Amino acid sequence: MLPFKPILLWTDMLVLLLIAAVIAFVVRARQHEHLRAPWRKVARSTGGMIAAPVLLAFLAIGFLDSLHFQRGTPPEKGQTDMRYGPDVLSVLDILVEHLRIHQERSFSAPFATHAHSRETITRPDGSQVRDFPRLRHGGSHLVDPETDRAADIGRRLLRAVGISAVLGVLVSVAVVGTYARRRGLSFDGALGAMRDGDVDLPIGPMLVSTLLLITTFTMLFALSGVYHVFGTDKVGQDVFYLTLKSIRTALVIGTATTLVMLPFAVTLGMLAGYFRGRVDDAIQYLYTTLSSIPDVLLIAAAVLMMQVYMDTHPEIFDSVTRRADFRLTFLCIILGVTSWTGLCRLLRGETLKLREQEYVLAAQAFGVSHFRILLRHILPNVFHLVIITTVLKFSGLVLAEAVLSYVGVGVDPAMNSFGTMINSARLEMAREPIVWWSLAAAFAFMLLLVLSANLFADAVRDAFDPRIRPVRRGPRVKRSGVAPARRAAEAA
Amino acid sequence: MSTPILSLSGVRTTVRGADGDLHPVDGVSFDIAAGETFALLGESGSGKSLTALSILRLLPDGVDVTAGSIHLDGTDLLALPEQAMRDVRGRRIAMIFQEPGTSLDPVMTVGDQIREVLDRHLGLRGAAADGRALELLDAVGIPDPRRRLDEFPFQLSGGMKQRVMIAGALAGEPALLVADEPTTALDVTIQAQVLELLRDLQKRLGMAMLLITHDLGIVAGMAHRVGVMYAGQLVELAPAERFFAAPDHPYSRKLFESLPTRPTAAGRLSVIRGSVPPLGQVGKGCRFADRCDDVLPGCRDADVPMKALEPGHAIRCILDSRALAPAVVSAPADAAVKVASPLLDIQDLRIHFPIRKGLFRRTVGHVRAVDGVSLAIPAGRTLALVGESGCGKTTVGKGIVRLLPLATGRIMMDGVDLAKLDGRALRDRRRDFQIIFQDPFASLDPRMRVSEILEEGMTALRPDLDAVQRMEAVDALLTSVGLATESKGRYPHEFSGGQRQRLAIARALAVEPKLIVCDEPTSALDVSVQAQILNLLRDLQERLGLAYLFISHNISVVRYLAHEVAVMYLGRIVERGPTELVLRHPAHPYTEALLSAVPALHGIDARDPIRLEGDLPSPAAPPAGCHFHPRCPRATDACKREYPGATTVGPSHLVHCLHPAH
Repeated sequence: MLPFKPILLWTDMLVLLLIAAVIAFVVRARQHEHLRAPWRKVARSTGGMIAAPVLLAFLAIGFLDSLHFQRGTPPEKGQTDMRYGPDVLSVLDILVEHLRIHQERSFSAPFATHAHSRETITRPDGSQVRDFPRLRHGGSHLVDPETDRAADIGRRLLRAVGISAVLGVLVSVAVVGTYARRRGLSFDGALGAMRDGDVDLPIGPMLVSTLLLITTFTMLFALSGVYHVFGTDKVGQDVFYLTLKSIRTALVIGTATTLVMLPFAVTLGMLAGYFRGRVDDAIQYLYTTLSSIPDVLLIAAAVLMMQVYMDTHPEIFDSVTRRADFRLTFLCIILGVTSWTGLCRLLRGETLKLREQEYVLAAQAFGVSHFRILLRHILPNVFHLVIITTVLKFSGLVLAEAVLSYVGVGVDPAMNSFGTMINSARLEMAREPIVWWSLAAAFAFMLLLVLSANLFADAVRDAFDPRIRPVRRGPRVKRSGVAPARRAAEAA
Repeated sequence: MSTPILSLSGVRTTVRGADGDLHPVDGVSFDIAAGETFALLGESGSGKSLTALSILRLLPDGVDVTAGSIHLDGTDLLALPEQAMRDVRGRRIAMIFQEPGTSLDPVMTVGDQIREVLDRHLGLRGAAADGRALELLDAVGIPDPRRRLDEFPFQLSGGMKQRVMIAGALAGEPALLVADEPTTALDVTIQAQVLELLRDLQKRLGMAMLLITHDLGIVAGMAHRVGVMYAGQLVELAPAERFFAAPDHPYSRKLFESLPTRPTAAGRLSVIRGSVPPLGQVGKGCRFADRCDDVLPGCRDADVPMKALEPGHAIRCILDSRALAPAVVSAPADAAVKVASPLLDIQDLRIHFPIRKGLFRRTVGHVRAVDGVSLAIPAGRTLALVGESGCGKTTVGKGIVRLLPLATGRIMMDGVDLAKLDGRALRDRRRDFQIIFQDPFASLDPRMRVSEILEEGMTALRPDLDAVQRMEAVDALLTSVGLATESKGRYPHEFSGGQRQRLAIARALAVEPKLIVCDEPTSALDVSVQAQILNLLRDLQERLGLAYLFISHNISVVRYLAHEVAVMYLGRIVERGPTELVLRHPAHPYTEALLSAVPALHGIDARDPIRLEGDLPSPAAPPAGCHFHPRCPRATDACKREYPGATTVGPSHLVHCLHPAH
């Protein structure tokens, strides 16, 4: 019998669905050159390849945090069934268990060995003083924190650098070796090619970003065992742990929302553009109405209504995690429902243009059904827009979650997210001395995630946007890279 | 010859690419004297436009002149700093571009665009600039120039815009005018006007002109000297008269032979094999060797230098010059009119597009794009539909294959009225009629493989075939249009323009139609490739007994391919009859004007083109009476009252005119 029970939350299902969709797309892209070519261009862009390892690391953390289970205890005598604890944990929780259980009593600064505020301490002799008490876990192994801490941190950092150097060499050898094999070069040959800049992939920048990432993470983990590297929050939870847990929330919001949005945007946009007339009128009416209501109000109203429902029916959720997850799912849905209008408008415009294309007319001349034309001609030709919008929208959604949680209509307060971290940091900023580390940690991680997502999105946009492709030259329909009006102005 | 204004010597333009450097212009040398028109002739991709941009130093990023020199009046243009170059552009050298619609700034008035040049280069402002702008607009023949000064480009027609462009170019009183395909985007009657204007201005102002074009007819009418470009090199440099009498380079000769006005005795056009090699694939030796009929073993050994045959005449060929055998101008198709029951009989076809206005999109009027067209095409014959853009000829084509909703009319085919069919019944009949479009780059889905493209029609209309039979059919189709069967796994972008048009033809043939509507199938192609496609269409007609409705504005193509011609003007057919009769003895004044505007190959000013006043009126509000009367030189009061009925002027030659020519 398993010592744990797997739990499939709603958002886990969305995550699995997304992974399945991505795998299906990869399989399809491998067979179709026109699907594969733009991704090769992404792989050649320096910005995209610097961002990719960072994004991958975030995705890995998010994925590990999406495998949920309940821990079981062996049956006691006289009972046959396992008993399962009430806590829903994820694989990530187990990997960083020390962070989860090393709770302090309240605030403490990064690398602190003493609490942030004075407390009344009862000395062994019974007398009471007000002083900064030692932390339960942070630096608890040090005999005299004042003198030993710097040396201890230095020693641990040195060891971390050693480990990451070994890891770095292994990774570099693996990457360069793979690349050499694919190009049919010897290992030395590949190194030489990289030195001469004779490589079609930006391997150098990608390796640098990977190595930096490895070093940072090794250092963080080497220190986080005995210190709170980002400090602790009001209830004594390790901020590094909170930040790691927030990554999944951000990723789920950023990707699952797209999953909700796409069916609306793609179907309605293509229908409006293809059939025009009354269908178009109806769909346009729908999205102009929807987009003229302020999104935040709509979301707030929906979330508050759902909150009331959840409060009046507490029996449908058997754990706090399920309850928080339901709210996250609902937030994804409502964000998706309010954010499809932009892409829909874009696709309608593109479809209006495509339906006049001669290959669509040729298909109509064959009597091909409308449904088939939409599926075989229109959809593949607007797909680049879908991909570009999806990746561009990701970072916007991550930020939107932060804003919504800040206003109080975001995720459940029990769920870790960058938004809730920033929201609680709002009050802490007013304390004296100032508690800055929750905000700083949330800000830094969110910035890193959004920045790398944006860099990657730029690379994707450049690769997929047909207007950025090299100029095609044919007679009559000749177009040049420079707009004729500009050239004419220069010629004048 | 006087001292040259512009002198190019060994100019090489380099595109720096990821896969090494390419040279779209590779060692081009020529001179232009004051008052002379030098025509740079070549197919697409030959590097003629980049040569012009190199002279003006307006090359796109990543493209640079890397060798040679360009002198203007003794000044080395390549050595000038950018600041000084800006005084050259517009002042010493002016340029006009192909597309008048995109060359004018849409948010500036016509006057402002011209005044900008006057201010920049001549320092003219205020009233002086206004006066000069008026003079310029007047000089380029714009009626009512004072009103036009304050108008925006969208208020002008295409021909007007090109005139404004020319006025702007002349504003700096340049010594050299570079005209890059100045009339390619214009209709043939407007083209005649613009060319005449350019010729006239050049004579009056004595400026030199560099004319870039792919059209031999334009060169014949305009140029004093000709340079033929091929794959980045000049291959022949000759005085125009000498060139048109007997071109010497095999490529030049082939260009002439592939014109549809010169079919060989067998009724086929001489073609140049293959197409212009891509830049990356030019090897050592003569670049034309792979397509040359007279190729010798030595051709590919070393680069061929220009060889002077006589002063001012040089070719890049190791062969000795040989005079061109006089071309046989055979009778076009066959002139005899066979009496056959028509395959397609169209009666009074009307296609109207509603004009909607207001909140509830009420229909307030109609654009009568097609307004009562009657046609008949016998099986295995070709009917050409000729007219300028906007006359509704493409709309007729799309209406016949039922891609547009019809207002009224009958389209009888095999005793069935196609206009009345709907849904399932229409779908079943679609096998009989197919369409080929103009732009081979837009007519093939870029995301589908060749086999998928060809299969699409069969899957929809021939459900009796299984996958294996369909694949066999795909192979047979590719062979019949002259493509390798291996190409079925490739994507359209891997093919050249001519090959794509072959694919489009194969796609239409896949369902074994009886009629194919060909909507300008060769107008986006180079001359040499056009000949290949025309030959293919003709072969297919003979072999499969296809009937074509051939829509075109190119009279020489029509003369080659069509048995009968119908001329359209503003949604109606004004003249209809056997090709030979209509083209030799046009009866309608519009047909006469259209034919006279076509640039002729021989003799500058051989005849005076009939100049049409004004532009095509809007089909939303056609003139009362005969639609053509406001522009017609023979119009009388009677013409304003009612639309003339059909008059027979010869055997099966009909014309809608009160005053036919004979």
